[in-house]
Amino acid sequence: MERTPARRARWTAARLTGIRDETPTARTLRFSVPGWPGHLAGQHVDVRLTAEDGYSAQRSYSLAGPADGDTVELTVERVPDGEVSPYLTEIMEVGDEVELRGPVGGWFVWRPESAAPVLLVAGGSGVVPLMAMLRERRHAGSRVPFRLLYSLRGPDSRYYADELRRPDPGVDVTYLYTRGTPDPWPRPAGRVRLDDLAEGGWPSSFEPDCYVCGPTGFVETVADLLLTLGHAPERIRTERFGPTGG
Amino acid sequence: MAIVSRGFRGRPRAGGDRLPPGQYLVEDFPVLSAGPTPRVPTDRWEFAIDTEEGETHRWSWQEFMALPQERPAVDIHCVTRWSKLDTHWEGVSLDVLFEDVESAAEYALVHSYGGYTTNLPVEDLLDGKAWIVHRFDGEELAPVHGGPARLLVPHLYFWKSAKWVRGIRLLNEDWPGFWETAGYHEYGDPWREQRYEGD
Repeated sequence: MERTPARRARWTAARLTGIRDETPTARTLRFSVPGWPGHLAGQHVDVRLTAEDGYSAQRSYSLAGPADGDTVELTVERVPDGEVSPYLTEIMEVGDEVELRGPVGGWFVWRPESAAPVLLVAGGSGVVPLMAMLRERRHAGSRVPFRLLYSLRGPDSRYYADELRRPDPGVDVTYLYTRGTPDPWPRPAGRVRLDDLAEGGWPSSFEPDCYVCGPTGFVETVADLLLTLGHAPERIRTERFGPTGG
Repeated sequence: MAIVSRGFRGRPRAGGDRLPPGQYLVEDFPVLSAGPTPRVPTDRWEFAIDTEEGETHRWSWQEFMALPQERPAVDIHCVTRWSKLDTHWEGVSLDVLFEDVESAAEYALVHSYGGYTTNLPVEDLLDGKAWIVHRFDGEELAPVHGGPARLLVPHLYFWKSAKWVRGIRLLNEDWPGFWETAGYHEYGDPWREQRYEGD
């Protein structure tokens, strides 16, 4: 693994410059961060909020797109009873400031110089760092074949719906609805199964790099199914989030 | 001077002086791992300490379970910011496992089933500061939390408490582990908020 040069990541003021609603409970926030050092697809940032009395709270969020000068984008899902996500998704307005620190994480990343086919498996808001990889692929002009399997409750829970409706050449997108499907829809609603990964993924003989992100139970299930299908454990990278956080 | 985020109030503060800076309390037990969960049957499990002189000390599951057991109750702190207070474990102190190990090495590289590694100074493993644990909250440790056995080093961020632990290599030179080569801090003291490389 490459070592990044040691540098102390500093807290930097980040001003909100744009908001896009993804679903009724999630929105994409665009920040201007002067001096942002750039990042890799799949990395995350720390966000710090400070109240007037000096109290502060920090959380980590995945970056939703590749590095673009001083602009970074996060997509945040509101966690019921959360402390930070309700502020980011409901209270914050364009022009407001938070502090950011990062980028963080050198393992769950995709680099455009990589030639292996890629399988992305998302559970719910776990699609965010995987979307950053799809966007990085486009940004870098990579022709590596990508397949995205995106498990989610129903059509109203789709993040990035317009962008994923017309995927780039070489990218397949498959929705796996767990509660309710559009009508008509070939696959009945249900949790991810072996068939889904066998049909929507790559044969293990292609030696794809697999990235799995979502809630713990989902990631456990998918990682086990990928092993069953013969994928090598070292090619399965996971990122999990628990019911806590927010 | 921190920047105030307009309209942010935050929650009632909990945890008091047992919560390191930047952490928040959880009641459940989140899971973070870099890859699939290895399943290690205890009849094929072993734990080994390899010294810098090339000596190996090995324990089978039966031998390990026959050692004196302790029940540490400790607070744990994950670098992703959750902390959990008063967690109850059962296992063997590293002091017991190191009793017959002759070594002057200062550094340890811990390795796990599944390939995970993490490094820490040997002194952080000794003097009642670390255990190999196999039970959590009175139950056998689940594979997703590192079972059959994991390292427990509660005074450092929890990624140092390697799941599915298989052995410890004692080294004269410090050798970075998995997260330590991926941008995380070499030592990881939560009270000094040593999250990332350079902190």
